[in-house]
Amino acid sequence: MTARAAMLGRIRVAMGDGVAVPEIPRDYRVGADLEPAAVVRMFAERVGEYRATVHQASTESLPAVVAAILAGSGATRVVVPPGLPAGWLAAVAPVTTVLTDDGAITADELDGVDVVITGSAVAIAETGTIVLDAAPDQGRRVITLVPDHHICVVTAGSIVVTVPEGLARIHPTRPLTMISGPSATSDIELDRVEGVHGPRNLDVIIVSAEGPAEPA
Amino acid sequence: MTDLPLLQIHARPGVGMLSGTRSFPEAAREALADPQLRRNLGHATATIRGKRAKVVAELTDWEQLRDSGRAIKVATMVELDTHLERLEERVTAAGGVVHWAADADEANAIVTRLVQATGHREVVKVKSMVTQEIGLNEALLAAGIEAYETDLAELIVQLGDDLPSHILVPAIHRNRAEIRRLFLRTIPDVDPALTDDPRALAATARRHLRGRFLSAKVAVSGANFAVAETGTLCVVESEGNGRMCLTLPETLITVMGIEKVIPSWRDLEVFLQLLPRSSTGERMNPYTSLWTGVYPGDGPQEFHLVLLDNGRTSVLADEAGRDALNCIRCSACLNVCPVYERTGGHAYGSVYPGPIGAILSPQLTGIEDNASLPYASTLCGACYDVCPVKIDIPSILVHLRAEHVETNRRTHRVPTPEAVAMAAAAWTMRDAGRWRRAQQSSRLGRLLGGRGDKRQGLIRSLPGPLRAWTGARDAPRPPAETFREWWARERGAP
Repeated sequence: MTARAAMLGRIRVAMGDGVAVPEIPRDYRVGADLEPAAVVRMFAERVGEYRATVHQASTESLPAVVAAILAGSGATRVVVPPGLPAGWLAAVAPVTTVLTDDGAITADELDGVDVVITGSAVAIAETGTIVLDAAPDQGRRVITLVPDHHICVVTAGSIVVTVPEGLARIHPTRPLTMISGPSATSDIELDRVEGVHGPRNLDVIIVSAEGPAEPA
Repeated sequence: MTDLPLLQIHARPGVGMLSGTRSFPEAAREALADPQLRRNLGHATATIRGKRAKVVAELTDWEQLRDSGRAIKVATMVELDTHLERLEERVTAAGGVVHWAADADEANAIVTRLVQATGHREVVKVKSMVTQEIGLNEALLAAGIEAYETDLAELIVQLGDDLPSHILVPAIHRNRAEIRRLFLRTIPDVDPALTDDPRALAATARRHLRGRFLSAKVAVSGANFAVAETGTLCVVESEGNGRMCLTLPETLITVMGIEKVIPSWRDLEVFLQLLPRSSTGERMNPYTSLWTGVYPGDGPQEFHLVLLDNGRTSVLADEAGRDALNCIRCSACLNVCPVYERTGGHAYGSVYPGPIGAILSPQLTGIEDNASLPYASTLCGACYDVCPVKIDIPSILVHLRAEHVETNRRTHRVPTPEAVAMAAAAWTMRDAGRWRRAQQSSRLGRLLGGRGDKRQGLIRSLPGPLRAWTGARDAPRPPAETFREWWARERGAP
């Protein structure tokens, strides 16, 4: 008898017959009634609490915000996914080398890159979470992992309030990465410190048609 | 191939890390005598308790989420066979290969064979309880394969040739100064001016492991969840070492206990709220990776999933104990346990310490191999209160104690001192005269009290066969007067 048959057989013997499957109560909150501006504010605040840097931009000001972050970081080598809207880089200084990932850039090469710039699929305000699903504006998982600095653009319309709303918008079988702040560890005395293996710096740019929201 | 197919089979003794060589009270005595360890644990558990309480209080629907989490787990176990078959089908359809392992030896042999087939002799590892449980690193080493732990705490444990002592933070028993000394001693080319700032220590680990990640060809991981409906695996982590292992190598081997399967994608919306808040006390952990089979051009091109039993089906067979399998390994119960806080994890002798370990380990190994663990608790119930899937740990502890007594009764011709004492107590208490005389004679104990701490009225050690009782606890000195005597004096003879 194979291990498979033995294990499945043992499970059936262990549970016996006629055990009813209990009803799953789902009385927890699924959605939330919140003004769009309040959703953006909550997301910005909670991402900020993870010690990510949060920026707000309008569609028009986005290229300038991207360029300013790059200039401030002193980055000279930047990698972007193949489907990144070209306009986002329109204001980047010419001294910057921009590599577009064609699927052949190796991890070693990425280790020599300063910054990765991507879009995102969905964001969750309550937990300050960004979801990447490897769509063309986000690229292969490796490009957002090896460089030490990730600049991630989140459109205001992609931000939902709750975890259930967020997961409902994701296609489960894509390669998914949920990101809540920069890489961190609590392994030393359960004290959270930012910056281990993943990107140590995370800039999040929230883009809305009308630009930066008024402070609450 | 597995013999004795349908019998309930426990994890095999001596394989992996599910039981220690000493009983809990013996091992605990050593831990209790280590003031540094107690300070480290007291500090760390107090920190995490505060963080957890804060983020849990933030959710108005926490209790509803717990009810749902519990129900999903209970429902999953009823049809565990169906969910595992569906998971296998979906993972296979997405380009993965599924293996079944009845015990630790089988799982270790499968992983070893898979690594050997790649031609590489090094693997990087994501923190995984189950590979500790089966002793995978040791088995790989025996086959000439080096396994490198990449989680910071696991790295600390591995570099120190130490054992994990906490589910979430395996090096919780070490403080920053000890970790600094360890890094200076074991990591090549460390700056001698390294400080004990956790940031600097984390940066040292980053530099140490960077090259290893970039050149890794094979990775081994565990899994927090596996969604049967979609074939999606989920690893929840903080540092990014998980992402490195799940993304960079050519081959990924994931080992998971069969109880980790959840039926539907929607169930994740419950557990991804319950787990981070219970575990690290965060609204969400920094990184969660989800993958389904293999993706051309993105990540490992070869994916193996090893489904492990190792005693789990025998836990499932015990209706009163099977809820232990519902655990999502958050470790909240460790952090609130007054016993764990004082003894630390090593005293439990198993990779699963604390309250959940006290019910899970003895059930996986059979009660004989972990007989002292169900007693490693005051039954205060704090673990039940914080459990995100509402496992009634105190009731299962009591159930296992009863099972232990029953096993002893069956296997020992001579009754245990405890059984004799209980029989004597029953005989004494059945008769008012016998009870009165017994109470008077117990005042002898006041003399014994002199052997302990008079100020606190405690007896540290009772003589003769009663010593076993005071082996792990102090006994109060009996009062000068019994209640019956007080009543007679105050209210007249009955």
